[in-house]
Amino acid sequence: MANSRVVVVGGGLAGLACTMKLCELGIPVDLVSLVPVKRSHSVCAQGGINSCNDQTRQLGDSEWKHFDDTIYGGDFLQHQPPVKEMTDWGPNIIELMDRLAVPFNRTSEGYIDRRRFGGTLYKRTAFSGATTGQQLLYALDEQVRRWESEGLVRKFEYWDFLGPVLDQSGICRGIVAQDLASMEIRSFPGEAVVIASGGPGLVYGRSTMSMMCTGSAASRCMQAGAKYANAEFIQVHPTAIPGADKLRLMSESARGEGGRVWVPRTPQDPRAAKSIPEKERFYFLEERYPKYGNLVPRDIATREIFDICVNENLSVERDRLSVYLDLTHIPAAELDRKLGGILDIYQKFQGVDPRTVPMKIFPAVHYSMGGLWANYERTPAGGMRPASPVNQVTNIPNLYAIGECDYHYHGANRLGANSLLSCIFSGLFLAPGLQTLILNAPHGSVRDVDASVFAGAVANQQQRHDSMLARTKSTENPYLIHRQLGDLMTKAATVVRRNEQLEAAYEKVSELHARALNCGMSDTGSWTNQNIVFAKALEDMFPLAKSIVKGALQRDECRGAHYKPAFAMPALEARDDEGRRAEAEGWCDRFEANNRKWLKSTIATWNGSHPDLTYEDVDTSILPPRPRLYGLVGAEMIESVWKMRTASNEAARRIQQSTT
Amino acid sequence: MIKDAYNETIKTFRVEVVRQNRPGERPYSEVFSVEYEPDMNVISVLQKIAARPVTVAGKPTTPVAWDCGCLEEVCGACTMVINGQVRQSCSALVDQLLAVEPRQIRLEPMGKFPVIRDLVVDRKRIFHNLKRVRAWVEVDGYFSMGPGPNQGQHQQEENYPLSECMSCGCCMEACPQFLKIDKTQMSGESENEFSKRVQPDFDQGFLGAHAISQAVLFNNHPIGKLSAGERLDALTAPGGIQLCGNAQNCVAVCPKHIPLTTSIGRAGRAVTIDKLKKIFGA
Repeated sequence: MANSRVVVVGGGLAGLACTMKLCELGIPVDLVSLVPVKRSHSVCAQGGINSCNDQTRQLGDSEWKHFDDTIYGGDFLQHQPPVKEMTDWGPNIIELMDRLAVPFNRTSEGYIDRRRFGGTLYKRTAFSGATTGQQLLYALDEQVRRWESEGLVRKFEYWDFLGPVLDQSGICRGIVAQDLASMEIRSFPGEAVVIASGGPGLVYGRSTMSMMCTGSAASRCMQAGAKYANAEFIQVHPTAIPGADKLRLMSESARGEGGRVWVPRTPQDPRAAKSIPEKERFYFLEERYPKYGNLVPRDIATREIFDICVNENLSVERDRLSVYLDLTHIPAAELDRKLGGILDIYQKFQGVDPRTVPMKIFPAVHYSMGGLWANYERTPAGGMRPASPVNQVTNIPNLYAIGECDYHYHGANRLGANSLLSCIFSGLFLAPGLQTLILNAPHGSVRDVDASVFAGAVANQQQRHDSMLARTKSTENPYLIHRQLGDLMTKAATVVRRNEQLEAAYEKVSELHARALNCGMSDTGSWTNQNIVFAKALEDMFPLAKSIVKGALQRDECRGAHYKPAFAMPALEARDDEGRRAEAEGWCDRFEANNRKWLKSTIATWNGSHPDLTYEDVDTSILPPRPRLYGLVGAEMIESVWKMRTASNEAARRIQQSTT
Repeated sequence: MIKDAYNETIKTFRVEVVRQNRPGERPYSEVFSVEYEPDMNVISVLQKIAARPVTVAGKPTTPVAWDCGCLEEVCGACTMVINGQVRQSCSALVDQLLAVEPRQIRLEPMGKFPVIRDLVVDRKRIFHNLKRVRAWVEVDGYFSMGPGPNQGQHQQEENYPLSECMSCGCCMEACPQFLKIDKTQMSGESENEFSKRVQPDFDQGFLGAHAISQAVLFNNHPIGKLSAGERLDALTAPGGIQLCGNAQNCVAVCPKHIPLTTSIGRAGRAVTIDKLKKIFGA
């Protein structure tokens, strides 16, 4: 094991969790990251991490219910075994992170405190103030530093992953990366390569993501032949602070701690928020979803906020769309203890104290449910087999994907506080699988690979670099093209999607792509050239942008975050019960027909200039799909028809069983 | 439009950047004229310069190199010296800067760390200092071992602020005892060779408030406490807490308002008690 090195690309929660577990198993790691790993984007996660726990258990919660909430929240688009394994592991992961010194908030008796998050009725979320991601990341960073000081980890920080190295048989043998200071390009051989590079927020220009979240690493794998799945499923977070350089997240935990979303009933009411009387406020989420209230899942909250501002013209301000997120009814001391971090961010960047004045927020691109396609090995019980080298492997042997850049776990919509869990889980769970891979070496060892394979891969990247530097005559500017790409993507492929817009957007993205491939460099130097590094990342945003737009264009349905009004399920209109029942029957027929057609993962493969799309069945064998209504007012009849349908199907199945 | 400190409406403002092409080379300064927009921060200023890298004199130049990450002051990447003050550039809002110092913003790299290029500095030493004080808990392993030790709210409230430290380097930049170690990787030198060459200097240099405070954090954790002695030894080794001159600059510049001087005081007491115990064999 000591001579069998694994290369991990990315040092956020997933990459660090995997690295530390590999070290525990005695497997040395080369950890390659664009930024010092302590500065990875995981620091931006605020609200918390979910698991079933002793308190919720006594209220009827279980790992199964966490699984159910996650699948229902994801609109049934996830393969269910990986999700089941993850939710089963949830309690253990929180206990582990507690032992690793994450300062979780405590109850007065000294237990880990929990709060509620979207898409569940249980208080599952453990939290560390409102900087939970930062705290979890630091704990893992510290453990990896411990292994680094013992010589098991070599860190390569400020290195840009340029691509996987594949041998003649298409097996991944390592990576090529570039030092961002010296611009040296070299290879890193490995028995396996783990991509843990996070999300592609920069494809949308401004988002809640950090500046290194370009998606380029996943894209470079895709261009090397890896499949990319469910690209069109992009989460738009309901509550962010608009900004010129970034849309800063305002955590769902604000609502988890009692924050209320509202708009004045009078459009653009000029009065100060606090002086608008209660009866003149429209708490639209609470009125439309009395069961979940402000904690409906993110896709629903986002659409409702969008609808209230755009279609109902109830935005707080006319020229800058926003709604109120109000915490002012909660005592300031409690807010400081549980939400201090995010309130400081709001105050710092907006100059207003959210403890006394309601915040103005609007949705922003936040997370990619889609990512590199990965496999898993199912157990008969419906989980994922521990220590199987099949788990998390892409279609390229020895190339693995974990964390946000992997498509498992969140389906068509991710529940809040599930991403920290999926990142840590997939990292920890993968490590023993890699140990098995190294022990059995089904594809041989990297030690037997000819050096020319690596030299060739380095030469290709050097050639790409040199030819970009040589484009001195071009006037195309990568920063301006990036801004145009962001505007285009934000307009066409976020909350509301329309086929004519998507079609036009695909053409424009393709035009921009051609121009991006011809960008000139304003810096042609060979030392810390950030200009060419950005231009490269920009070029590599396009395969993902195209996959997102094409995936959205072809998927003629509504599922989770993917919403096309032209294909929305109709609301019930009849006034009388009988009429409503008939409509609900029709609704359920259409629901079932739609699932037969569209309950499939979108698989994109890169053909050199465009993504080719195919569709793959989803393993829904553990929990059958059902309408996802979250107790919407007016949709009760659908729920009741669906229940009867399921019961009679079940009865028919039993009769059939007893007669055969 | 906002008005600056001279009560004049701002259309453009000047940005002076102290630049340096490579480690060891002479710094020089370039001035840019930037069009004013509402809600700008220093990051969006640098983004504008990158998109059109032309100095105020009309001379085309290269985009300014700088470090950034989260843009919401939790990652620590974008630390630099802005109008003479060390801070994160993401939370340095242009309106606030111009309201105090009209018409011009001056950006310099941190002075206590070697410059790689322009505003990018090499802060490896910060992370190395975390190794010196063993800033981690030594758990048996990552297997499921049941819940961690019960901890009271007061303990969480003591530890959480220390744990918010993002290793940005502000406290070291402001500290008169924390001296620059001006060594960077040379061309042709591997990371490994460089780290061997620089390590003896790193090991002798002052730990700084950052690492001292992290040692205090782990010594105050129920599992971390079990190896408190090793951290106290590290705090009294060469470059340790004895070098602190009590200038208290660290706590004044910390963007996260971490009670660094309280940490140093706690570390000092713990070290003294530990020494006495060793003398009297208790």
